[in-house]
Amino acid sequence: MRKLLVLTASLVLLAGCAEEPSNQPSSSGGGGDKDPCAAKSLSTVAKGTLTVGTDRPAFEPWFKGSPKAYSGYEGEVATEVAKRLKLPIKWVVEPFNKAYAPGPKDWDFDINQITITEERERAVDFSDGYFENNQGVLVLEGTPVAEAKSISDLEDYQFGAQVGTTSLAFINSTIQPTAEAKVFDTTNDAVSALKNSQIDALVTDVVTTVYLRDFVVKKSLVLGQYPKTEQFGMVFEEDNPLVECVNGALQKMKSDGTLEKLEQKFLQQYLEVPTLE
Amino acid sequence: MIGGRGILISSASTIIFFAVIALAVALAPGSSLVAERFFDPYHLNRSLFGTVTTPSVVGAFVLNIKMFLIAEVFILILALVVAIVRGIPGPVFFPFRAVAVGYTDLFRGVPLILVLYIIGFGLPGLGLKFFSSQSEVTYGVVALVLVYSAYVAEVYRAGIDSVHESQTAAARSLGLSRWQAMRFVVLPQAVRRVIPPLLNDFIGLQKDTALISVLGPIEAARAANIYAAEQFNYGSFVIAAFLFIIVTIPLARFTDRLIERDQRRRRAGAAL
Repeated sequence: MRKLLVLTASLVLLAGCAEEPSNQPSSSGGGGDKDPCAAKSLSTVAKGTLTVGTDRPAFEPWFKGSPKAYSGYEGEVATEVAKRLKLPIKWVVEPFNKAYAPGPKDWDFDINQITITEERERAVDFSDGYFENNQGVLVLEGTPVAEAKSISDLEDYQFGAQVGTTSLAFINSTIQPTAEAKVFDTTNDAVSALKNSQIDALVTDVVTTVYLRDFVVKKSLVLGQYPKTEQFGMVFEEDNPLVECVNGALQKMKSDGTLEKLEQKFLQQYLEVPTLE
Repeated sequence: MIGGRGILISSASTIIFFAVIALAVALAPGSSLVAERFFDPYHLNRSLFGTVTTPSVVGAFVLNIKMFLIAEVFILILALVVAIVRGIPGPVFFPFRAVAVGYTDLFRGVPLILVLYIIGFGLPGLGLKFFSSQSEVTYGVVALVLVYSAYVAEVYRAGIDSVHESQTAAARSLGLSRWQAMRFVVLPQAVRRVIPPLLNDFIGLQKDTALISVLGPIEAARAANIYAAEQFNYGSFVIAAFLFIIVTIPLARFTDRLIERDQRRRRAGAAL
């Protein structure tokens, strides 16, 4: 632990927001008054608490356990950020469609596998990426689509995806299927449709497809993942100064290996999937 | 009734009424943000016609209209059957009446979205040959027909009950059978009386076609949702709302005219 702290302290200059090492969790003396990211000077929605929103139900392995103290990859990334800002964390429910509504928010940031895109950045602020996402294709064993080897083999099949995901954009722009993709409110509904053979293939982030294959849909397989170099980011209300401090914490988590450790702990088993050409 | 003074007062009060509302909205601290998030012409235009990755809202709206027109025909028929069955007298027909009552109770009580799930994901799951291999749009229309027929059956029943019993008695005394009395005397009067509430239900039906999107088909509200989630802008929903309104307003005015005509006719009848 001590080694880790020394390391973080030495990397403090990398952090966007901290100008002095007093912001480090380990350093004695607590946050200096000049530090804009010190717990005392942070203006959060609920004073003295970092309030974080996510949708419900929240899905494994992104979230695990009780909504009062989420574990799972995103759960622990957010908790670690809060720890580094020296604030206790509080979770609130935020439906995906509401995350970009105008008006005051009841959370400081929303973390919900939201991909950073240019279009979305016009309406909200994103943190730096905390996970690099690939698209995954889930199909049933023994169906014709399971024989597909590449993206170009896929165009004649019926696809399904959850509304609002970049997976849908991926289907329309990369796979370009002949039949219009079906779009569902939730991944669960898309899974029902796959089980009923109402769709041939379900596209979502690769982690979720592997989770579904292993725990939810019997006799299914992940056809492959398609690297699309997109990043998940936390959503902030536009011009919220807090984003700098969270980026600072994320930067440190990247450089001291915390983020990678969390990724290995929660996501490793979900990322070993062949690449689709 | 309204003289020159009356017109003056009514125009003034109308102008002030809307000016106060417009001012309150315009002066609200977040009005520019709301305007940008909901009414940005750039997004209104793009969502209307679609992009490479998002479907066109107006194109998807065609599906709403199709579903509405098909469902409407089946609802009118099924609901009438249920209403008539419910009114058949005699102890022998008790089971039929019980089924009709049970049907209306059930489908008026269960929210449409649950019926959609049960039919849209339940029937295909059964693995039957015919019933499990229909398109999602078909399942959606079936759910709409089942739910709305329950409402419309009650509207029909109210119409049938509103025709005075003496009409049936008179028809029977002229030698018409019970069915003939229903067909030629009661129903024509009953249906005419319930046309306004029927159209009211159809306006509701028109909007509820949007719920079919939970099964996967892309109709106007879903197309709007896709655009909103991709662009983080709700302008697409405003476009969808506008399309629904374009269709429902003429229907509403038409209902008004029918009510007026019916009232005129009755007044004329009373004068005779």
